[in-house]
Amino acid sequence: MNSIISIHGIRFLVLIIIQVLICNHINFLGYVNPYIYILFIILFPVKNNRSLFIFLSFLLGLTIDLFSDSGGIHAAACVFIAYARPIILKFSFGMAYEYQNMKFNNVSFGDKLTYMTIIIVLHHIILFSLEIFSISKIILIFQKTLFSSIFTIILCSLITIIFSRESK
Amino acid sequence: MQQIINFIIRNKTFLLFLLLFFLSIVFTIQSHSYHKSKFINSANFLTGGVYNTFNNISSYFNLKSQNQILAEENNRLKSILYNSENEIDSTYIDSITYQGLYKVTSAQVIKNSYSVTDNVLLINKGVNDSIKEDFGVITSKGILGVIVNSSNNYSTVISILNTTSNISAKLKKSGHYGSLTWDGNSPNIVQLVDVEKIAPVVEGDTIVTSGRSSIFPIGIKIGTVSSFELDAAENYYEINVKLFNDMTNIEHVYIIKNNDKEEITNLLNGTNE
Repeated sequence: MNSIISIHGIRFLVLIIIQVLICNHINFLGYVNPYIYILFIILFPVKNNRSLFIFLSFLLGLTIDLFSDSGGIHAAACVFIAYARPIILKFSFGMAYEYQNMKFNNVSFGDKLTYMTIIIVLHHIILFSLEIFSISKIILIFQKTLFSSIFTIILCSLITIIFSRESK
Repeated sequence: MQQIINFIIRNKTFLLFLLLFFLSIVFTIQSHSYHKSKFINSANFLTGGVYNTFNNISSYFNLKSQNQILAEENNRLKSILYNSENEIDSTYIDSITYQGLYKVTSAQVIKNSYSVTDNVLLINKGVNDSIKEDFGVITSKGILGVIVNSSNNYSTVISILNTTSNISAKLKKSGHYGSLTWDGNSPNIVQLVDVEKIAPVVEGDTIVTSGRSSIFPIGIKIGTVSSFELDAAENYYEINVKLFNDMTNIEHVYIIKNNDKEEITNLLNGTNE
């Protein structure tokens, strides 16, 4: 139990540091940045205390907001995907999730990709709608969501592949 | 009473979600309105400290280009000094008694930002260096923004690349006023709106600060006119201004304090009431 807490604690801090110091300054093609810190929410254990999970997600988003002077946009997006996660899990993994014995290391890559894509796109839509905060610029919102989502999905899949432990 | 408590316990996840979501929306709305006191900003010892440590390392990578920019500025100032027609040979005997209208402090940008629609920068001077909110920030080539929050050692600057920023500017040639805004698209182009239709705008004209507010002195260069058109009501020009500054590699900046600011604000407040 202690090792789980320490793993997620370290992941929380490392992801924030990487996001704030590196990923926020990539600015690929002028404005495309990946938001890899949501890996914390994606990879949080399935069996959990939901209130604690939502609160931790809020804290994660708020810390990123604190660093990037963006009000509460990351916090709002994180809280939303944390609340919606069980529904997305059920949708993408089906039976494996129902039986409550699922681990992220032993599900098929296709299911995992669906799950990550849904969470990331949902997060980015909320993030950019709140950031731009004007309906007249809806094209810009979708443009940013699309390109940033692609970048984030690629990076997140790579990171999960590199750091996944072989389950035998 | 029992039922209310039961209801809260049953729906505690949903209620917690609503509470936290509402809280974040409040922070977001606050950040979209200029001049509201902001609770979430990066001018504190934790985020400032992290950025400062990182900047200490990363600033070495662009020493060369920053030196180039500073040398260019020295070059420009020296050529103005040596070519000035009236010889200045009176010196101030006691420099303490000399106090100009503007006090300039140099600072370093430790967090630059230009890719989102509301860009906020972080600089490494704060209340301890007598920097307060509403001071102007400029670079060697043009204006950068206005300070909004200060902690002991750090301050946040609302960049001109921010959709809430609004700075008074004018055409250098004819003196027609407008206000400088940003539409959020390109980090090189800002918009000068509300310029009278009668103004003789030509492509390539220089735009400078107007000095109408007490934040910036008059005549600081901003950029040149790249294109212009009449707005929807056909009463005012909307001018696209190409900035002299390269907003993507800013490091050394100057903070401008207007010593008469309090007097001006008091006077204006007195007349308005």
